[in-house]
Amino acid sequence: MSNISIRKVRKTYDKNEVVHGVDLEVAAGEFVVLLGPSGCGKSTLLRMVAGLEAITSGEIAIGNKIVNKLEPRERGCAMVFQNYALYPHMSVAENIGYALKIARVPKVERNEKIRSVAETLNIADFLDRKPAQLSGGQRQRVAMGRAMIREPKIFLYDEPLSNLDAKLRVAMRLEIRKLHQRLGTTTLFVTHDQVEAMTLADRIVVMNKGIIEQVGTPLEIYSRPASAYVAGFIGSPSLNMIKGVLNPETATITLNDGQALQYDLKRWPNLHAGEIIAGFRAEAVSLCNSSKSLTLNPQFIEELGVSRQLHCELAGEQIIVTSQSDHDVKAGIPLHVTIEPGQIQLFNAQTGVRLETEVYDVDASVTQIRKAS
Amino acid sequence: MDKHATFSNTWLATALIIPQLLLVFVFFYWPTAEAVYWAFTLEQPFGGSNQWVGMQNFQTVFNDSKYWNSVIVSIIFALATTALSLIISLGLALLVDRRLPGHQLFSFAYFIPYAMAAPAAGLAFRFIFAPSAGFMAAINEWYPNLWNPATNGSHALLLIILCQSWQSIGYNFVFFLAALQSIPRTLTEAGAMDGASVLRRMADIQIPLVAPTLFFLIIINLTDSFVNSFGIVDITTHGGPARATDLMVYKIYFDGFKAQDYSLAAAESIVLMLLVIALTFFQFRFVERRVHYN
Repeated sequence: MSNISIRKVRKTYDKNEVVHGVDLEVAAGEFVVLLGPSGCGKSTLLRMVAGLEAITSGEIAIGNKIVNKLEPRERGCAMVFQNYALYPHMSVAENIGYALKIARVPKVERNEKIRSVAETLNIADFLDRKPAQLSGGQRQRVAMGRAMIREPKIFLYDEPLSNLDAKLRVAMRLEIRKLHQRLGTTTLFVTHDQVEAMTLADRIVVMNKGIIEQVGTPLEIYSRPASAYVAGFIGSPSLNMIKGVLNPETATITLNDGQALQYDLKRWPNLHAGEIIAGFRAEAVSLCNSSKSLTLNPQFIEELGVSRQLHCELAGEQIIVTSQSDHDVKAGIPLHVTIEPGQIQLFNAQTGVRLETEVYDVDASVTQIRKAS
Repeated sequence: MDKHATFSNTWLATALIIPQLLLVFVFFYWPTAEAVYWAFTLEQPFGGSNQWVGMQNFQTVFNDSKYWNSVIVSIIFALATTALSLIISLGLALLVDRRLPGHQLFSFAYFIPYAMAAPAAGLAFRFIFAPSAGFMAAINEWYPNLWNPATNGSHALLLIILCQSWQSIGYNFVFFLAALQSIPRTLTEAGAMDGASVLRRMADIQIPLVAPTLFFLIIINLTDSFVNSFGIVDITTHGGPARATDLMVYKIYFDGFKAQDYSLAAAESIVLMLLVIALTFFQFRFVERRVHYN
């Protein structure tokens, strides 16, 4: 177990900077997920920690030792690759034991360890097979076994589940979490799947275009996304966001079609009038018939059994509303709803930064949040 | 649906195939058949009446110690050039595959020798390795008689081995490089994470995974050094000194066109052909099985 310190790390390919000065502290034993869309620099960051990519500037320290110049094998990390990267000409046992063979562990001891790792991962029956004879899930286990057997200081996972089918992905997710609970090894896990991130992480790092947008526990990120970008990435369905014009006198946000949303004036008593983004969760919307209600146009309905997701149009934007399955809703028939003012979150319309409560105006809030982060 | 593209028009299909079949027939099967016929007959130096002599030509060939010398020289030559050329080209391909700065330039430079005709390469080697005038002359200056292919048989053999390997390196290099580049990069990265050094990764991961290419190149190189080495010998050593570089293919030429014994040369070329067929068969039968194919 070791901590990882990433300090002002940048990565440039041919004058094209893809990681723009990232700072991140990972405590020993922590499970941290790097989350973001493809091309956001998360894999590059992971590969720099592994030593597979050179660090253009900045520092990476593992266990308080700067590793910038160290070869991958000197860093004490083990990595699980997206396509498993099993050696096709070696048997499962040889694949798992290769690191020990390199480290000149005697054969008897090596075989013992291979067997014990294989038993933990339920692949002891396949030790003599070649990777080509295994299913996707079994290959994934072999790849994990290969990482485990070295008892590394740090586990690195590079989108390890994205080649598996949905059911297997859920099962393997659980196993990765169990493995972490048992071994307690510091883990960096890269994914573009927010469900994976939410379920696995102690802390999530949301990345966008080579910078960190937000670092926090899954719950923090879900309930208080630092920006409209994070809000649009996290949650299933993600936060509904609508542009409108803020009127502090009436504590309302007027939408494009003239309808108005109420926001909580006590939380933001001093906002100036102007453009704003209002956000609310799908489950914060309640169906009703009161006169103060909003009108939505349901376009199609997804039945989930427990509930339904109504895909609606509001002021020219798509939003998703969760309703109970026993409500009588039909596509094409307008729907009356209310949204509790306390459930409305506000984001700066230009920068997308979240407006924290108890701040004086939109611009000041931006600078304040910037300073704080 | 039939997955194969088929011609319903048999006449058109035949018409399209015929030019190629004609070429193969005229330049391969017909001469081969002629050679077989000549091998069992005695041909006048100036052509004309052929006389059937059965196995007599072959008996002459196999009873001739000079022929057996030629077989041994050819085998040494084939094994040495194949080994040398494959080892060097694999090494170069492994280095270029690391994609260090300038690797494109090197892959271009390494391939160039293959584009050179054998006599041209032979001529270049003759000058470079000439004991009295070339690069080796300077070394002979310091260590007299260190190098003299004109009088020393081993030197002459080494000269043609070097020349042939040098020429085939480019070809082998391109195949090895293509094979190495088709190995997913994450495999070598996984090796690096497992703690393997660059050399260890080459030995444990990259080389086993290019085994099919290696097998293919061994066959091509061995065959090539048996049948395609005439140009180099003819330019550099003429089979000498004292038959030290008298390769089978050169001896065929010499016996046939210099000594004017067509029948003997025909018998020799049949023997060479059978040898190459046997060699290839042996490799496919026994070596190929041990090669890992994905």
